[in-house]
This record gives sequence, C-alpha cells and structure tokens, in this order.
Amino acid sequence: MVETANANPNVEHGHSAQPGDEGSRRDFIHIAAIATVGVGAVATVWPFIDQMNPSADTLALASVEYDLSKVLVGSTASIKWRGKPVFVRHRTPKEIAEAVADDHAPMREPAADASRHKPGKAEWLVLIGVCTHLGCVPNLGGTYGGWLCPCHGSVYDTAGRIRAGPAPLNLFLPDYEFLTPTKVKIG
Amino acid sequence: MSGHSTYEPKTGFERWLDVRLPIVRLGYDSLIDYPTPKNLNYWWTFGGILAFCLGVQIISGVVLAMHYVPNSAMAFNSVEAIMRDVNFGWMLRYIHANGASMFFLAVYIHISRGLYYGSYKAPREVLWLLGCVIYLLMMATAFMGYVLPWGQMSFYGAVVITNLFSALDSVIPGLGTMITTWLWGGFAVDNATLNRFFALHYLLPFMIAGVVGLHIWALHVPGNNNPTGVAVKSKEDTVPFHPYYTVKDGFAVICFTIMFAWFVFFAPNALAHADNYIPANPLQTPAHIVPEWYFLPFYAMLRAVPDKLLGVMTMFGAIAVLFAVPWLDTSKVRSMRYRPAARTFFLIFLAVTLILGWCGSKEPDDVVIATGHDIAGDPTGLSVTVFSRFLALYYYGYFLAVLPLLGFFEKAKPVPETISSPVLSAHGHGVAMPAGAAAEASKKG
Repeated sequence: MVETANANPNVEHGHSAQPGDEGSRRDFIHIAAIATVGVGAVATVWPFIDQMNPSADTLALASVEYDLSKVLVGSTASIKWRGKPVFVRHRTPKEIAEAVADDHAPMREPAADASRHKPGKAEWLVLIGVCTHLGCVPNLGGTYGGWLCPCHGSVYDTAGRIRAGPAPLNLFLPDYEFLTPTKVKIG
Repeated sequence: MSGHSTYEPKTGFERWLDVRLPIVRLGYDSLIDYPTPKNLNYWWTFGGILAFCLGVQIISGVVLAMHYVPNSAMAFNSVEAIMRDVNFGWMLRYIHANGASMFFLAVYIHISRGLYYGSYKAPREVLWLLGCVIYLLMMATAFMGYVLPWGQMSFYGAVVITNLFSALDSVIPGLGTMITTWLWGGFAVDNATLNRFFALHYLLPFMIAGVVGLHIWALHVPGNNNPTGVAVKSKEDTVPFHPYYTVKDGFAVICFTIMFAWFVFFAPNALAHADNYIPANPLQTPAHIVPEWYFLPFYAMLRAVPDKLLGVMTMFGAIAVLFAVPWLDTSKVRSMRYRPAARTFFLIFLAVTLILGWCGSKEPDDVVIATGHDIAGDPTGLSVTVFSRFLALYYYGYFLAVLPLLGFFEKAKPVPETISSPVLSAHGHGVAMPAGAAAEASKKG
C-alpha cells in the first residue's frame, strides 16, 4: 500500500505524541474552528429566539388617555391598554372606608390603601384588570366587595388587594398620571 | 428491522432498487414479515388506530389551513366561513376538532395498556420514553390548535396556559414575566400569539410523525410485548404481522371510525364548549372556563393546590412522572395478569384519574359530599378542591409509592413458561403442560 494517508511530514511528526508535546497545529486548527463555529452558531440562534419578543409596533402602543367624567360613583370602566383591560373604579366613600379599615388585616401582600391610589385621589382606583394567578379578567363581586376571578376563585378587596384564593399578588397598578382633574393618561 | 431480513426481491426492478435504496425491504420487514406475538388482544390495536388518527389530523388540518386566516381580526370569521361557505368545510372542521378528541381517547387507552401489561419494562424503556415525548407533543399541538378559532375559550385557554409560566416569577423575580412576554410577543395574548401558535400547530404534527417513526423503530428492535408479558422464546410464539395483525388492526380501525363518524355527524359539538362560538374578548372572561376533556385531570390537580407555583408543579409533575415509570416499577413480572395486588391498585388508579377529570369539569367550590347546609340553604361539606387533593395524592402515590414498593412485597402468581402454554391450556388442554409439549402441540395444530 502506498503511504499517501498523510502527505505532510511535519504534521505526521507533530502527531507522534512526544512527551511534553502539547498538541499539533492541526489540533489547534480543530479547536479554533469549532470554537468559532460555536460562537457563530449562538450568535445566529439569538435572532431566531428574539424575533418572538414584542415587535417595535407593539412596544410603541405605550399610552392611552381616558376621560374620567364618564365614570359615575360606584361604577367601573374597562379600558384596553396594551391588549389588557385596565379597571378605572370610581369608589364610593363606603368602599374607601372599608379599604382603609382593612389596612392592617392579615394579607398575602400587605399594602396600605394609600399606596393603591394617587395622593388625594382616593376615589379613583386604577388597576390592571388581570388576575395575578393565571391571567383571567376578574368580575365585580366576591366577599370583600371588590373583584372575584371566575377562573380559580381569587378574591380581591375594594383596593384590588388579594384576600383569598390562589393568586399570589395584588392586582398590579399601571403607570398613570392625572393630566387634568378629570383626565388620566395610562402608560 | 430486527433480526435477519427474509425479503427476496422478486422482479428485476426490485433487485435493482434493493442494492440502491432498500425501501421495499424495509417495508416488507416491518409491515409484512415482522414476527409478532400470536396472543395480542384488541388492546394492542390502538397503536394502529393512533397512526390512523395522526394521518386523519394531518390531512384534515392541511386542507383546513387552505381556508383559515391566522389573524386576530379575521380568525373567528374565517372559521365561520369554513363552517358555512367552504365546500364540505363543516365536515372537514368537525373531523379535525373531533379527531383531536378521538386521538386522545386512543392514546389514553394505549398508555393504560402499556401500564397494565408492563410494556415499559426492560428492554422497552426507550420505546416508552419516546411514547411519552409523543404524548407531550400531542398536548402542545392540541392546545395550540384549540386557540386558533379565537373564541372565548380559545383566548382564555391561551391566557391561562401561557400564564402557568408566570409562576416562575416566584423562583426568580421577572423570569416568568420574561417568558410569558416572549411567548405572547407582546404584553398580552394577541395577534402575535395567534400567528405563532398557527405556525407551530402546523409544524408539530410532522415532528410527532418523526418521533412515531422512532417509536416504531424502538418497537421493532425488542419486538412487541404481549398480554402474558413473557418474552417470545421461539418462532412458535409468533405469527407474521401480515395478514394476522394487518387484518386485526384494520378491523379495529373500522370499528373506531364508526364511533368517530358518529361524533362527527351526530354530535359534533358534544365534546366542545358553547362559549367558543363567542368571539374572543380580552376584556371579559367567561363565567366558567374549562379545558378540553382530555386535560381535565391535570386541570383538577392544578386547582387542588392553593399555592400558584406548587399547583403548576403538581400539574406538570403528573405528566413528568410518566417518564420515570420504567425505573419506578421494581417488579420483575411484566403483566399485571399475574400481579393481583398491582392489578387492584391499577384499576383504582384508572378510576381516580377519571374522577379527577370529573372534578376538573366542576367549579372549585362545588360540594361533592354534602354534610350540612349554610344559612342560605346551600350545601356545605367536601368541596371539589379538597376532594381533588385526595385524588391527586393517590395519583402520585400510585407512581411514587405503590409501583416501587409492590415489587418487594407482592407475591405474584406463577408466570407461564412461554406465550404458547397459557394459550393452549385455556383451550381445553386443562393442566398446564411443559413448554416443550405446548410448542409441539401448536406445531401440529
């Protein structure tokens, strides 16, 4: 048989594992090539994963303005913001009193009623209307006078704080500000 | 695929092809001459039925995709257009929708058969694991398919299931939210979610078909298990797959199709939910949401646990535990025919799982066993949630305590020497005879 398997005598020499010989130039090329391909593969995979994150137009839908004068005392408006409902609740004095009275009651996520609304605007409760358990939209009702989630029975009070059921957290508060005394900007 | 091939090319073309691409040989060895235990009962026909179901779903799904529009503004109307305007669209959609239920019915029977006859034990562990992978892919496919009509149940099914991942927020704050935002492609289930679910719903069945190929490969290496659980000892124990099991499986598929057709033509919405004929409304959740019937036992376990993360873990764990079954069962005896105690525990397990499904269809606070009445006159007592806890405990107990411990404590009945000996003794030969005699008898018979 003709010895053509390795035409380069230097490489042949490098492979004849001499003591103290740490590896040949071919080993180096293998490692460098595999490392480069590996880094390249990871860098290429990222766009294929990141394309599923919110797109620029979705991120641009940042804020909505809402006229509060339409919401009478004791009623709630649901506004769609970023695909989710936002509850704007015009609370009655009785509801505010109940919420403040419960400030020190045992709760899963303790929060004072004052931290649930803007200063001096206790009558306006603005909440993201998404149950913190598995994302259903709670309905008005429940034993604490606030909301009851139809999916798994989480109960929220008149400040949107979780009081019973499987949900771990209070209803989230969106970023919002009062533009005028009767107009809010959500987001 | 196992043993030596007995294929002999008959024509010149077959000989020419055989040395280039032995595909006829592959088909002959796996579907015609494949040696199959001669005592397989009708529980074994569900493998063939499942292959049929996958074919039905792929064919009906591909043609439905020619008319469906995966856009949140048009999806619901396009499904209604399929129902009313597309030629035979109503039939294609009802075949596809009920086909999913038929697929799960068959797969639950197939899994139960494997659990009862010990089909997961050595040397068939890889076969079992591949089956578990197929089951997972089936659940993902069915879930995403259910979202596509974009009705109220579709929408809130997508909301609840994707939100299961938000439970990870209590492990690493922000992780769950990051995952759900990524899954949704936004801040809520919306058009981007629908679009990607459609793309994946179209992809996954072909991945299932690929894993089914591996599943059949892994079946044909050790060969079929059988009702006795005794390994095939000689050629006397087997018959060729064709015509014996092509005909038996074919007959079973026909019977199955009659039931399938009854649902499609006489009760097409019996397994569906009326609320899914209401277009999706992100601002209003239906008063009572339930998943499709085939997810109900897992749904009941999710609700049985008062903690969000633990509930989600209980639900996923109920499926994950299936993967460990080959190593949880310590008994040397495969078939529960010869394991009286295991048989009883298994039948209770089946009943418990069915009752869990019933619990999943009820409201969490419904009373199962009334012990009294409250002031309003409503019954009080054992609620569905608490009842589900006991049932879930048994579900887990069966896998994590009964299967591992029974192998040590149970006294199994004597297992026959060969497949042939119980078959022959059951047919009037009376006394159990030595294995050799049985084999002789079957040779003559």
